[in-house]
Amino acid sequence: MPAEEKKEVKGTTISRRQFFKQAGAVSAAVAAAAASSVIAPEEAEARTTFAEFFQNNYRLMTDEEKKEAIARLEQRHSEEYGKKVTVDGSPAMKDVLFGYALNIQKCIGCRRCVYACVKENNQSRHDTEIQWIRVIRMEKGNFTVDDMDKGYPNSPNESFGIQVGGNAYKNAGVALEGQHYYQPERVPEKDAFYFPVQCMQCEKPPCVKVCPVRTTYRDPDGIVVIDYNWCIGCRMCMGACPYWARRFNWGDPNLPAEEMNPKTHYLGNRPRMRGVVEKCTFCLQRTRKGRYPACVEVCPVGARKFGNLLDPESEVRKILDRKKVFRLKADMNTYPKFFYFID
Amino acid sequence: MKNKVSFIVDFFSYGLKGGSSYYAWLGILSLFILPWAYGSYQQMVAKGMIVAGFTDQISWAVYEGNFVFLVGVAAAAVTVVFPYYVYNYKTLKNVVLIGEMLAITAVLLVMLFIIYHMGRPDRLWHLAPIIGIFSWPNSILTWDVIVLNGYLVLNLICAFYNMYKRYTGQPLNEKFYMTFVYISIVWALTIHTVTAFLMNTMATRPMWFHSLMPLKFLATAFAAGPALIIVALLTIRKNTKLEIPDEAINLLSQIVVWFLGIALFLLLSEVVTELYPSTEHSFQLKYALFGMFGLSKMVPWSWTSYLVMIGSFVLLLIPRVRKNYTFLPIICISLFIGIWIDKGYALVISGMIPSPLGEFSEYTPTWIEIFIIAGNWAIGLMIFTILAKGAVGVMLGDVIHPSAAGKEVAHH
Repeated sequence: MPAEEKKEVKGTTISRRQFFKQAGAVSAAVAAAAASSVIAPEEAEARTTFAEFFQNNYRLMTDEEKKEAIARLEQRHSEEYGKKVTVDGSPAMKDVLFGYALNIQKCIGCRRCVYACVKENNQSRHDTEIQWIRVIRMEKGNFTVDDMDKGYPNSPNESFGIQVGGNAYKNAGVALEGQHYYQPERVPEKDAFYFPVQCMQCEKPPCVKVCPVRTTYRDPDGIVVIDYNWCIGCRMCMGACPYWARRFNWGDPNLPAEEMNPKTHYLGNRPRMRGVVEKCTFCLQRTRKGRYPACVEVCPVGARKFGNLLDPESEVRKILDRKKVFRLKADMNTYPKFFYFID
Repeated sequence: MKNKVSFIVDFFSYGLKGGSSYYAWLGILSLFILPWAYGSYQQMVAKGMIVAGFTDQISWAVYEGNFVFLVGVAAAAVTVVFPYYVYNYKTLKNVVLIGEMLAITAVLLVMLFIIYHMGRPDRLWHLAPIIGIFSWPNSILTWDVIVLNGYLVLNLICAFYNMYKRYTGQPLNEKFYMTFVYISIVWALTIHTVTAFLMNTMATRPMWFHSLMPLKFLATAFAAGPALIIVALLTIRKNTKLEIPDEAINLLSQIVVWFLGIALFLLLSEVVTELYPSTEHSFQLKYALFGMFGLSKMVPWSWTSYLVMIGSFVLLLIPRVRKNYTFLPIICISLFIGIWIDKGYALVISGMIPSPLGEFSEYTPTWIEIFIIAGNWAIGLMIFTILAKGAVGVMLGDVIHPSAAGKEVAHH
């Protein structure tokens, strides 16, 4: 790199005038390097990052600007990860509203969806580890006969009767009594059922409402997307999300080059940077091309169903028509497009 | 223009001059700068926010708490501005400017904490109208940006216009000046209200999601803010020739005690409302008060804060204690810290525990975070010290334009 060499050649004591001369030489060298086709990776990165810094919010870019932004990213990521990385910019398809249905009766809690998602969507693998899907293990109820005439006040002989029964604080298999760190030998476990949670792609998303820079917004196919390059990292969306679906890149994401999935989408699984929020996008890099999300594809028991809510013949619509369906935290009035059902 | 420049130069050179104890105080504060610089480098440049104690479960913590608390301190300037201009309470004559200096400092400090709160401070410009996207009126955060910047400008105009006119010995343009004073009185309420809305509109955080929040924020702010002003006034009175009558201090300590009483009443209402039905929505408050599932890091903090608030209230109710200027600053400082713990630490962090999915986890600040927070406060205290010293100089007539020396002009 000529710029580096120039710096070395100069003596230890440089005057102000010399310094500016040198700075001029450096920028001339950078310009020369830009013109030639052989560029050192760091330099290329510096230039693309500089251009990225001044780019507009993705939604407001002209088609030309989108193309340029995508080309910049493709070049930078290809160099960073040492393979040909493509960044897709496909917009939402016409007459498509994506919906998801999950059969909690079938889910066995194997977490294959969690790991398939991480692999597909280029999440940070460690420090901090990011997973968009969390599977909550719910304990089944454990009411006992022994406690049936116990409680508060202590004795059943108390003249005014028991006010709080002895089985009051027992699990009955409700959300807050579950946990998502379970590590059993094998699944499914006898005394549990499983409840996977991810971004619900709400029709009335609280996260979108609170975002001060509208970097997160709802695309016409119903997916709530994030322009990672526009996010300021204020985490209002994380505070507002009732489903704890959003994750933050507290440090530089750690994504090993060999594990990196090079087929990416600008609003989806392209590598993220430090200090921005990310979340599930229903794998829009796949689904906008007519494929299933990675979690649907990998599920070994067929608990996960996906499709177009506007198409009466789609699997997900048939489920909504025929099965017993509910949405998580309906009281939040967020209208998720992620449905839970039982047969 | 020349006069304005010489005013600024005179103001700050007076602010930077002082006796040995003055330099000792600034020196002690400057000791915090080195660890602060190290912490800032680690977070801003080297590693990112991972050096702080945040997790995806607890994504707001002490930076945000300090931001919220300091908005209250800024709003509290109204507790001296309002009685002086609206009720014509003349004994506060030399106090108003100090209050305004505190407001300016607190807003600057709020902005500093926001920079540390942001994951991408380099993209702050995305928030700027025209060149970025300003999601107003949808996002409450954009309202906060408006009210905080507006409040800073209003206080800068009110305080520095007033001081400049004193400096040059010219009379104030009453219409111009009082318009801004009245706007700033109303505006002071908006900054803390909007900051409360920022949190209490998050329906998924039950501890914040109630309509008492704005009122409780104002009540605690109008207790903590004047408490700090009292300490500043007693210090100024001891170390300068500026005349601050006892009645001014007594009025402020009464304001403290009444607003503290209201705050405690609101706390009681909150506790009863949450704990009596004891739904899952009470878990965040229960975590703060008693701990849950063996996680109890917040418990000593919460109780310290509540006991300090209750103790200060009881003591300050007694006129003999309130008028004892040896005890008063001690009570005021502990009350200030007590309210900081409540609003700046316990409220924000407990609101994140459990998470919306019901997961209990705990938060511990890292050393880097502590360095940054301590450094930010030290910077804030330095700014306040210098601004207050300059304002005292103006009020004493030490900071004065040569042409104005000896002229008598009636002033607010």
